[in-house]
Amino acid sequence: MSGAFTKSMARNIFYGGTVFFFLLFLALSFDTHSQLPKRDMRQNITPQIAEGKKLWETHNCIGCHTLMGEGAYFAPELGNVVARYGEEGTKAFIKSRPKEGIEGRRSMPQFNFTDAQLDAIVAFLKHVNSINDANWPPNVQG
Amino acid sequence: MQYKSQAVAKPYFIAAIALFVAQILFGLVLGLQYVIGDFLFPAIPFNVARMVHTNSLIVWLLMGFMGGAYYIIPEEAETELASPKLALAMFWIFLVAAGLTVVGYLTVPYATLAEMTGNNILETMGREFLEQPLPTKLGIVVVALAFLFNITLTVLKGKKTSISIVLLLGLWGLAVFFLFSFYNPANVVLDKFFWWWTVHLWVEGVWELILGAFLAFVLIKTTGVDREVIEKWLYVIVTLTLITGIIGTGHHYYWIGTPEYWQWWGSIFSALEPIPFFAMTVFAFNMVNRRRREHPNKAAVLWALGTGVMAFLGAGIWGFLHTLAPVNYYTHGTQITAAHGHMSFYGAYVMVNLTIISYAMPILRGRAANSNRSQVLEMWSFWLMTVAIVFITLFLTAAGILQVWLQRASDTPLPFMVAQEKIALFYWMREWTGVAFLVGLLVYVASFFVGGKEETA
Repeated sequence: MSGAFTKSMARNIFYGGTVFFFLLFLALSFDTHSQLPKRDMRQNITPQIAEGKKLWETHNCIGCHTLMGEGAYFAPELGNVVARYGEEGTKAFIKSRPKEGIEGRRSMPQFNFTDAQLDAIVAFLKHVNSINDANWPPNVQG
Repeated sequence: MQYKSQAVAKPYFIAAIALFVAQILFGLVLGLQYVIGDFLFPAIPFNVARMVHTNSLIVWLLMGFMGGAYYIIPEEAETELASPKLALAMFWIFLVAAGLTVVGYLTVPYATLAEMTGNNILETMGREFLEQPLPTKLGIVVVALAFLFNITLTVLKGKKTSISIVLLLGLWGLAVFFLFSFYNPANVVLDKFFWWWTVHLWVEGVWELILGAFLAFVLIKTTGVDREVIEKWLYVIVTLTLITGIIGTGHHYYWIGTPEYWQWWGSIFSALEPIPFFAMTVFAFNMVNRRRREHPNKAAVLWALGTGVMAFLGAGIWGFLHTLAPVNYYTHGTQITAAHGHMSFYGAYVMVNLTIISYAMPILRGRAANSNRSQVLEMWSFWLMTVAIVFITLFLTAAGILQVWLQRASDTPLPFMVAQEKIALFYWMREWTGVAFLVGLLVYVASFFVGGKEETA
């Protein structure tokens, strides 16, 4: 790190390298966006699914669960929960959470969702399950 | 203190440490909830405690970055801060906003909080780490802009050193990439894609510029090594950071609906991400070995060396452990991720903040370094917290390997909760190690209140 290699050379490599790799990242991102419509099933997103996503967010589900592997690791993956429990099973589970929790066990809050809200949440989770995510998770347990 | 406006850093550092304590207390709550599931339920459910844990971390690191910048920039630019009053006003706005946000999390159901704070106007809440209500997010933008305006003006009217330039680039990048937190489309794949532009490009991108600049500044001051040498290293390190880290974002694009080619781009570039951290370690040890003076603040030098080593282990090694796509297929979203998260945040960003605080705080309190007694205590806290985080990471890694084995790799995969119960022993060990971390942190806080004969330069 001495002799011929000077600070101004290091600085120039820093600026050049950063700009180059950022542009490369942008190019890859553009390409991704041209491919996404075939993978993210956006044509199926109904107002009900959008409502489900909003409920997912405003009840901070990601604070305990993962969705396509991202989130907290306290409770099961939900990106494929519809495949695991079915639509009715998923709704029944959310509906039946005891208000005071289950003694000694990790407990999910009782959110008092209406039937329409439950339908929206499950529609959203079903949509997530339909996204082409390179066959993740490895099995139905998530 | 060479410039009296540097004093604005002090309240930032004090608030940072206070929030650090809050972060750890809530961490212990979370750790306990992992094994006693209904602990504090339904008063403080896991997701609420987790928001407090992660958001207070983010806010105190930002407080540390701002405090550090307010301390470093005048000294580097060789001029007083453009507006110390603005810096103090922003401190109070930031602190009050953070405080109100935490009170909101703890007292109101999250859905009600969203309703109350205008989430219907612009839906940004309920995404990991970006849970803050809209007014808080806007507050962060205002505080960040006023802060950037202040320090940029200071640099423009003064001397422009490489440390200042790298620091400014890092801080501007921080502000710019935060703007993606306002983008939340109904299409969950796009939502996740750009969520990472804030989260990844912060912690594996521009934050590392801030880290490098802080480290370089403290090393110049404590070792007396020629600025030209240190700044050359700084450029090399941040170059390596960005040429690996930007495309390295791809390691988050394996399983969220994005094209498969990211498995190649992400694996290759993120596998190179340990290199800048390794360079940082070599850099820190090299500079300290070549020191031209004996700085009385031994504790600050210890934190600086620790930052290099622990960032390399936590971000570098533990990141590499699960970054290759075929491995990540099995480890994605398990306790392996949690293990990496804990050691990398501690090793890189907690430690670099404690480095600048350790160096600057005695000077802000009117002495070159704390008394020997105080420094010994501080170094005890260094070892307690660092060893504790190493064991927290090891226990979580063990839990993660078992989780992957039981739930993902097995011929007869177990349901999530069944697997969790089988690995509870490791969660108990993590929780006790967390208590050791808290003891270390309390020793750290105590070191500020220990007197004795002060060291002179």
